[in-house]
Amino acid sequence: MILTTPAKLALRVVALVYLAVLLAFPILTILWRTFAPGLDVFWASIRTPAAISALNLSLLIVAIVVPLNVVFGVVTALVLVRGRFPGRRLLSGVVDLPFAVSPIVVGVALIMLWGSQGWFGGLETLGIRVIFSVPGMVIATIFVTLPFVVREVEPVLREIGTEQEQAATTLGASGWQTFSRITLPAIRWGLTYGIVLTVARALGEFGAVIMVSSGFPGVSQTLTLLVHSRYIDDHNTYGAYAAATLLMMIAIVTLLLMTLLDRKRPAAHFAPTPARSHS
Amino acid sequence: MTAATLTRRTPRTSKPAAFGGVSGLTLGVVTLWLSLIVLLPLAALVVASLEGGWAGFWDAVTAPVALAALGTTIGISAAVAVLNVATGTLIAWVLVRDEFHGKRIVDALIDLPFALPTIVASIVLLSLYGPSSPIGIELNATRWGVGVALAFVTLPFVVRSVQPVLIELETDVEQAAASLGAGNWTVFRRVILPSLTPAILSGGGLAFARAIGEYGSVVLIGGNIPRETQVASQYIQQQIEIDRPVNAAAVSVVLLAISFSTLLALRAIAARGHERQEAVR
Repeated sequence: MILTTPAKLALRVVALVYLAVLLAFPILTILWRTFAPGLDVFWASIRTPAAISALNLSLLIVAIVVPLNVVFGVVTALVLVRGRFPGRRLLSGVVDLPFAVSPIVVGVALIMLWGSQGWFGGLETLGIRVIFSVPGMVIATIFVTLPFVVREVEPVLREIGTEQEQAATTLGASGWQTFSRITLPAIRWGLTYGIVLTVARALGEFGAVIMVSSGFPGVSQTLTLLVHSRYIDDHNTYGAYAAATLLMMIAIVTLLLMTLLDRKRPAAHFAPTPARSHS
Repeated sequence: MTAATLTRRTPRTSKPAAFGGVSGLTLGVVTLWLSLIVLLPLAALVVASLEGGWAGFWDAVTAPVALAALGTTIGISAAVAVLNVATGTLIAWVLVRDEFHGKRIVDALIDLPFALPTIVASIVLLSLYGPSSPIGIELNATRWGVGVALAFVTLPFVVRSVQPVLIELETDVEQAAASLGAGNWTVFRRVILPSLTPAILSGGGLAFARAIGEYGSVVLIGGNIPRETQVASQYIQQQIEIDRPVNAAAVSVVLLAISFSTLLALRAIAARGHERQEAVR
């Protein structure tokens, strides 16, 4: 297509105006509204007791979810790549399921399983409360982040094959030695990428978590729930802006990390799946 | 290392494993984990939606407010998907074929909606288009507000699926067509668009599937007005709050069915595209 300069310019302007109206101007506005009263006001707003406990709960959830996702994610990827068994494609489909489920639907499904009226409702009579408590929020976060590690490690495992591992085993390495000296170093960047995606999503998840949280400030509020309750319940609009800006800064750091890691990963396999989205 | 250890270890690798390179125990653990986290909750959801039998399910889904919420969701999501098809293709074209200062910054900006938590998207939009809007445009509690929120969170889908195809697209066919006297519009319609269509469809479909279930970005700006701006996810949340779990589960199953069938359709289209490519070769 050979466009005249005015036509080219017109297309460029339309695209940039759309991006400005939808993306750039709102982001500039929230930054301005957050920082206009001064950095100390912003700092004070994200250092209130409720904000600190929300940050702590968010980090606690990340600290539980990431190791579980790493262990089960790597094992699942190994099974999907190396396993030869009937139903392997079905299992692979199950790994993708969380991408297709609305966060609110995740919350309802977990209530139907773990809630007091649910299939595992008996746990509550034993004194183990899952829904409207931290375990429920952890399980909800695992549900929505489950595919990340698997889907990032899987292509790397497929690429490296098993020859080096077989060589190591032939030379007398134990199973654990083979894994920690051969497999793990090979998948480390894919795994790191998966962990970054998991952390970002775990910190940012809202819909699934709010459904299974009791939402008490200072007890069961994550950072995202804090933004919501400051805006809706406390009518503390500035507080909501400040907490949202904090989350936005975390998101931008994540984006930078992902860009850096993308260069380290073998064979870029970018495909726009809902993977990167849906918090 | 001695020869003895070598011979001792060798049989382990040559032993035929039951499921390829994976032990039955590992397979069992993975199946159990996926079932506990993913399958059992969804099964419990489906069973709960049928607690009142098919009639109960049907009543829950066809309750006027539920139908209105589903209608609003599907209508606005479809409109946003169409909007994305147009703007996303345009943005991808500008990013690939145009040159200007700051293009790389614009390119990086596209990913931001995927990186931002959805509740942050809501607040970000409210700071400009909410009550006390600095430019006097208040979209909160309107369908426009819902549409803007959904357009924000789905922005990257079409751009990021069209962009790589456009980069790969050779310009010689376009030049040939142009030299044979084809106008720009004809070149776009006959040469460029056919190669982009699968990517555009897939991006638009993903955007639609995402918009259908969206909650966080809509919750603050949408206003949650029943029969007007309430989307299906908000209706579901409300039904849980007023202790009508069967209604919540039934509408959840409908949402699931819509997004699954959208994604399956996309997969089928993609598979057909691959077959056609193979046939050409």
